[in-house]
Amino acid sequence: MAAPMAAAASGGSVTRRLLRGFSRSLSGGGAAAEQPEAAVVNVVFVDRKGREVPVSGRVGDNVLHLAQRHGLELEGACEASLACSTCHVYISEPHLSRLPAPDEREEDLLDQAPLLRENSRLGCQVHLGPAMEGARIGLPRLSRNFYVDGHTPKPH
Amino acid sequence: MAGAGRLRAGPGPGRLPWPHALPAALPAALRRWLSSPAPPPRVCVVGSGPAGFYTAQHILKNVIHSFTQTARSERCAYYGNVTVGRDVTVPELQRAYHAVVLSYGAEDNRVLGIPGENLPGVYSARAFVGWYNGLPENQDLKPDLSCETVLILGHGNVALDIARILLSPLQLLRKTDITDSSLAALACSKVKRVWLVGRRGPLQVAFTIKELREMINLPGTRAVLDPADFTGLESAVKDAPRPRKRLTELMIKTALEKPAEVQAAAAAGAAAAGAAAAGAAAAGAAAPREWGLKFQRSPQEVLPSADGRRPRGVRMALTRLEGSGDSARAVPTGDVEELECGLVLSSIGYRSLPLDPAVPFDSRRGVIPNSSGRVQGVPGLYCSGWVKRGPTGVIITTMNDSFDTAQSVLEDLQGGVLDVSLSREGFGLVESILHSRGVRPVSFSDWEKIDAAEVARGKAAGKPREKIVDPAEMLHIIGH
Repeated sequence: MAAPMAAAASGGSVTRRLLRGFSRSLSGGGAAAEQPEAAVVNVVFVDRKGREVPVSGRVGDNVLHLAQRHGLELEGACEASLACSTCHVYISEPHLSRLPAPDEREEDLLDQAPLLRENSRLGCQVHLGPAMEGARIGLPRLSRNFYVDGHTPKPH
Repeated sequence: MAGAGRLRAGPGPGRLPWPHALPAALPAALRRWLSSPAPPPRVCVVGSGPAGFYTAQHILKNVIHSFTQTARSERCAYYGNVTVGRDVTVPELQRAYHAVVLSYGAEDNRVLGIPGENLPGVYSARAFVGWYNGLPENQDLKPDLSCETVLILGHGNVALDIARILLSPLQLLRKTDITDSSLAALACSKVKRVWLVGRRGPLQVAFTIKELREMINLPGTRAVLDPADFTGLESAVKDAPRPRKRLTELMIKTALEKPAEVQAAAAAGAAAAGAAAAGAAAAGAAAPREWGLKFQRSPQEVLPSADGRRPRGVRMALTRLEGSGDSARAVPTGDVEELECGLVLSSIGYRSLPLDPAVPFDSRRGVIPNSSGRVQGVPGLYCSGWVKRGPTGVIITTMNDSFDTAQSVLEDLQGGVLDVSLSREGFGLVESILHSRGVRPVSFSDWEKIDAAEVARGKAAGKPREKIVDPAEMLHIIGH
């Protein structure tokens, strides 16, 4: 677990983690990676160009780390500490409805994710279970003209 | 990698060996060129913050997920403590590299432009944040925290962050990487009350809900929001975009909550956060520190104390709003009000500075004129991050924007817009220029030595690190 940095928990905390916290490299991906008996869960990632990438994960795998282990372009700037929205993904139904609902902190961060949809979640907060078998997990696709068509400036 | 104020970020050239497996559907001319021994395209990124790193990562196209791994990668090199525009110019970089990306951010701040702005006890938010974060250039700030009331001018996340630092229980701050000298100053602080003052209304606040909620839940403090400021806003945001709606609803709820309910909620939150926080909440319940939001007040003059040594207050023009939403304008009504305070922080926005006469700069907007990160009128020059689109946004905004610029660079490299048939020397050329000027760059492994020293020093005090705030000390550690 990353060391608690209470005063760094807002505003510049993500930047501070990115700039200073990297003596530790990103760890493999959660408890499930160390439990060989955990059952397999098959999902399909859809990358930013629309390509399907079928992946076999295990129960307990965190979707962000799973995506990264399989070379998908999903960032986790705050290292799964609920301080950013860079791991924003879309989860297919009915899988989404079977997941525990996002807590208030995740909802707050989803507010800042571009191209937010009804089925948006933060990948670092979604864990594989049997109910996720066959789920399609999409990465948001920003067009090149994102900053030209109707992009509203974000607060800082 | 280190913040720009600690070690000045310098060019981080990436060598891009051309991929060996070539897709079949390439234009014939490009295939011919690629199959002959071609010099590698060389790219330089100026600036080692998130924008610089995300741009570099996306150009390298390996799926690397940490800035450390990028800096250590064979195809990337980091050179710190080099001031572009002084130690090496942008035209010199353009001779050394096929593409140069400017990602140097916003190191200055907007000014109020009002009388009294230069009194002692009036600081830019940027300087104050630099002070508690250990930026060497701000270590001499020595803010006087002996007053009870602080005014922060601005309604963004930076304003909230400053309020949080001023009012956080010391027990919580001690376990963070805030500098020891700031902690010592805050330990003597008499500040009990912080007002965040903005020219416009609640529907125009620029801060985001995560940061607001953290402030509302800060142990030992009480949020003071005037319900009258929120009359009619519940229905006004019924159909607003989700972020604005949730943010406004939280402010309304906080304004309408009775103090006892707020205390109970903060105590519950504090208990969840641990013993230190719960203790602070209990202590705060007796005489909580306060913070609040004031709207539709535009600062006209900082009024000095009798001896002229500090502010005694700020005269505000009351405003009304013309228009609505993000584009609403604050227009003075003619009425004024004086707000008492002993310290003023101006948090009205960061600002980029022009780097080099060879780089076009829009001084009105404070950005480098560009289109998708391609600098207007200068082929081979690009920009990303705050210097490209202005100093706003959270990390995901910068990440997406950097990917946009990287995409432009890749398109131009692959599409022949940049002449990569001409070999460029890369850092070899820059190194001889720096050497001739007596400048010695800092490598990434040097940076890691300083990083390790900070972590080791913090360990004894139970902090993630103790920041070294003297560049001479940093250079001594790496033997420069």
